Amino acid sequence: MAEQYAADDLVVLLGTPNAESSRLYAMTVTEGDPSWAGALAGVALGLPVYHVMEEPVKVQIAPEVYEEHVALMEMVLESADIAQAVQTVRTNTGQGV
Amino acid sequence: MQLQGKKIIALGERDGVQGSALAACARSAGADVVLETTYCFV
Repeated sequence: MAEQYAADDLVVLLGTPNAESSRLYAMTVTEGDPSWAGALAGVALGLPVYHVMEEPVKVQIAPEVYEEHVALMEMVLESADIAQAVQTVRTNTGQGV
Repeated sequence: MQLQGKKIIALGERDGVQGSALAACARSAGADVVLETTYCFV
């Protein structure tokens, strides 16, 4: 998929349930699988990655769709910690905030 | 970061937000979903 489209056109959107899994997914699609267990070990795809609950993403989603699909989970998940984890990976891989 | 016009890889998780929900959100923002999946680690 990453080879089929230009990295500038792609965005990886995560629905991971906690900060650690978010960090793992984000690292895997940017600098390569940190666990070195999968096919993306050592493969730096450099894709832009965001969690659906991050504010820059949330504001672009139709409110009624967000309410129907995400709002309930946002109440039970640690959305601030998740956002911080994904943002840290973006910063560390030179994607800015 | 603008979602509109982007190709979205939606990686959902059963214990978090599912892929279908991510795809619906992305489409409502004007993006094109090229991959949608939901992982389950049990």
